[in-house]
Amino acid sequence: MEAAENTLEVSVWRGGEDGEYQTFQVPAQENQTILDVVSWIQQYADPTLTYRFACRVGMCGSCAMMVNGKPRWTCRTHVKKATEGADKIEIAPLRNLPVIKDLAADMDPFFDKWVKAGAVHHPTRTRDDAIETITPDEPGRVEAAKAIECINCSVCYAGCDTVANNPDYLGPAALQRAWTLYNDAKDADRQAILDNVSGVGGCHNCHTQGSCTMYCPNELDPLSAIAGLKRVTAQNFFKRKG
Amino acid sequence: MLDLRLYMAQRLSAMVMIPLTLGHLAVMIYAMRGGLTGGEILARTQGSLFWFLFYGTFVAAVSVHGAIGLRVIVHETFGTRGRALMLLTWGSCLVLFLMGARAVLAVTLA
Ligand code: FES
Repeated sequence: MEAAENTLEVSVWRGGEDGEYQTFQVPAQENQTILDVVSWIQQYADPTLTYRFACRVGMCGSCAMMVNGKPRWTCRTHVKKATEGADKIEIAPLRNLPVIKDLAADMDPFFDKWVKAGAVHHPTRTRDDAIETITPDEPGRVEAAKAIECINCSVCYAGCDTVANNPDYLGPAALQRAWTLYNDAKDADRQAILDNVSGVGGCHNCHTQGSCTMYCPNELDPLSAIAGLKRVTAQNFFKRKG
Repeated sequence: MLDLRLYMAQRLSAMVMIPLTLGHLAVMIYAMRGGLTGGEILARTQGSLFWFLFYGTFVAAVSVHGAIGLRVIVHETFGTRGRALMLLTWGSCLVLFLMGARAVLAVTLA
């Protein structure tokens, strides 16, 4: 990489919940991701800077942060895209999650809600049975396939205003996972999935604002998945009563 | 703070309100345009089972719908939960219903 003459002014969150921004001057490059900027600071300016990453190619979902107020996967976000013309960069830990230190957010609430949403497979067969054949163009399979590229990065969760205002809300990622499993023909207890997403923090709290779908770096559509859950639970509401 | 039951109650009450709202608007326009006096209106509504049921249903649906909506707003704005939120939901439902019922009875009781 060739060092350009100019520098970027980068404010980075330091400390825990009650921390503050610290500003660094980082050499600007022609081709540079937000993760490159953060890594530069850690390697050349302050080795105590805490942040997470692993794959650097948008597969592991560990590098998400707030960049100029928006949730981003930083390894695949170019500086030019994130700044949107502004000459300053502000990098903070993911919104809607507790801060551990600097840019590392505590992901526990996010993953706890995956478990709460009951995104657990209920098998129809045992290991002794032959594998059930599912053709790729079955409607359920087509629906399920839409969300299997989720990398659990929590970008949707950080972008969701309903999560921000209603801490019990399960959030887009966990609900989208539930919808995927609901559409799995190999799942033996779909009603259990619907029951799990029908409680006080369930899919019915969604206000259809769509930040999840707008910010999802993999261009998935949790908003439609949640709409699917609402539709099916509403239809089943009468079936179960009747 | 919405589970499936509250969600359905809010959606169903909205469905009940849609035709009633349109009916109410039509009645208002008719009454204003036709130049009906208060006395003439009361003469038609008092003792009328139809208007009692029309506005009675309306009031019941509004009470349910409004109380649930208020519950969501209060929870998401002030973080109210548990007993306080339950009291607010039922309390606002009751207040809306009593105020509405008072008006319905006043114009439909013979
Ligand atoms: S480092 Fe793995 S997704 Fe960014």
